[in-house]
Amino acid sequence: MINITRPIAELVADVKAGKLTAADLVQASLARIAETEDYHAVLELNPAALEQAKAVDARVKAGEDLPLAGIPFIAKDNYLTTGTHTTAASNILRPFRSPYEGPVIRRLKAAGAIMVAKANLDAFAHGGSTENSDFGPTKNPHDPTRIPGGSSGGSAAAVALGQATFAVGTDTGGSIRQPAAMCGVVGLKPTYGLVPRTGVVAMASSNDVLGPLTRSVADAGLVLDVMAGPDPTDATTIPRDKGSYAVKAGSLKGLNIGLIKEYLGQGLDPEIKAKLLATVARLKAAGAEVHEISLPATELALAAYYILVPAEVSSNLARYDGVRFGHSSPKATNLEETYRLSREEGFGPEAKRRIMIGTYVLSSGYYDAYYKRAQKVRTQLIGQFNEAFKKYDLLLGPTSPNPAFPLGSKSGDPLALYLEDVMTVAVNLVGIPAVSIPFGTASGNLPVGLQLMAPQRAERRLLEAAAAAEDLIGDWSAR
Amino acid sequence: MSKIGTTEVARIAKLARIGLSEEETASMSAEIGQIMEFVEQLQNVDVSDTEPTDQVTGLEDVWREDEVRPSMPREQLLANAPEQKDGYIVVKRVLG
Repeated sequence: MINITRPIAELVADVKAGKLTAADLVQASLARIAETEDYHAVLELNPAALEQAKAVDARVKAGEDLPLAGIPFIAKDNYLTTGTHTTAASNILRPFRSPYEGPVIRRLKAAGAIMVAKANLDAFAHGGSTENSDFGPTKNPHDPTRIPGGSSGGSAAAVALGQATFAVGTDTGGSIRQPAAMCGVVGLKPTYGLVPRTGVVAMASSNDVLGPLTRSVADAGLVLDVMAGPDPTDATTIPRDKGSYAVKAGSLKGLNIGLIKEYLGQGLDPEIKAKLLATVARLKAAGAEVHEISLPATELALAAYYILVPAEVSSNLARYDGVRFGHSSPKATNLEETYRLSREEGFGPEAKRRIMIGTYVLSSGYYDAYYKRAQKVRTQLIGQFNEAFKKYDLLLGPTSPNPAFPLGSKSGDPLALYLEDVMTVAVNLVGIPAVSIPFGTASGNLPVGLQLMAPQRAERRLLEAAAAAEDLIGDWSAR
Repeated sequence: MSKIGTTEVARIAKLARIGLSEEETASMSAEIGQIMEFVEQLQNVDVSDTEPTDQVTGLEDVWREDEVRPSMPREQLLANAPEQKDGYIVVKRVLG
């Protein structure tokens, strides 16, 4: 039996040495997906996966040096991919087949990775539980009666289930980090603009980033190293670091870490808090300097986020009009009805809610009071993080206030679900990188994550420290 | 400012070109009201000396050469259109 959950570096070495083939790895991945399909992590298989694996094997044989040779991965279904549907888990895109792929999918394939399947998500990445998928929720691998987190819930569950060696997701307000925490995997949200957004269904363009979900920090660095770098089709991309993001664990000694006080306050599960503080004590024992720091604007971040993001969502989702692609209402008799009915029938409740809120806050007479004010609060938030990073190398906090909750327990209460994002959204508004790593369990065997944050473009520092923390934590499921 | 009545919901739905059932309009009124009440806390923040942020990495006016590049084949781009004729996308009547 081939184990595809080993470290990527080892698998790649074995493929290069001829001990394993890409076809072996893809077959093992497809078998595992079939075995665990009840979790509904995956929406569609890539029918050409095996054929593509054989092509990679031929490239390896021809002597090509491929950093992800033969590695099977799963892409969140808001990544445009040819040869499959791209639905964003929404009814309005149910019939859509993309005519192109973006730079990230192209880079991963060029590096020798093989996309085996598309993962479930909250429709259009709106949500934190994957229950907003128009095709039904994904179940948590650690307890199938619970949510996997979201919106990259399918991607996180797929990695935790061992359906693929890694997955790629998107993070607009925590959508990589929070499901990674709830499924017990590593989730990396890079600096805004480090990874091109072209070829991904747009949600809130000033916040959207693409990143990997993996079984280790080392794997996250390896995958980021392939994903990162500017592309002429995304004018918001920034230069990448000259060095590789595939870093080794650094030293914790002398590292200055700020523990964000506001994230330890109200709403944090007491068990998570106690275990987080125990982990902080171990970081200190290993030589890190950890001190509490107050960032009061983080308490306003969620309110600013739920103005800015719906505003951007309402603009980005205006393109789904039933005319050029996607669902078109058969009941429409004129153009106005094509718009109105296609959108009524094709969008789920959460997409409608966000479009409505966004339209409202941008509408005449409300723009200054809501949108512009939220942008100013965003400036204040950025200022407080910049100040903090003058004193600290990294900031630390929990990823989520609670472990995965039971499926259905918060549906019908949109605000309660929004509050789930309270510890993740600030990072997006500020544009900094952050990584969630599993550090223990709560409420029995449910995984919980801690979040490390670094200044913009400091991914290497972030990953070196996260790898060191990961080593220190050891087997999180026993903690 | 935070109470959003059903007339207001209908007005926004019209702006957003989204049809809503009576039931959806009612629940939307309550839910949006609740969410707007939550974001209302921003009204108490002093932002008088603060500039708005819309780009976080400090990029300004990114330029590129205006040059002709090959694009995707027309048939491939039209393949997703719900209705097409003679290489064009068909739309319903524009005037009532």
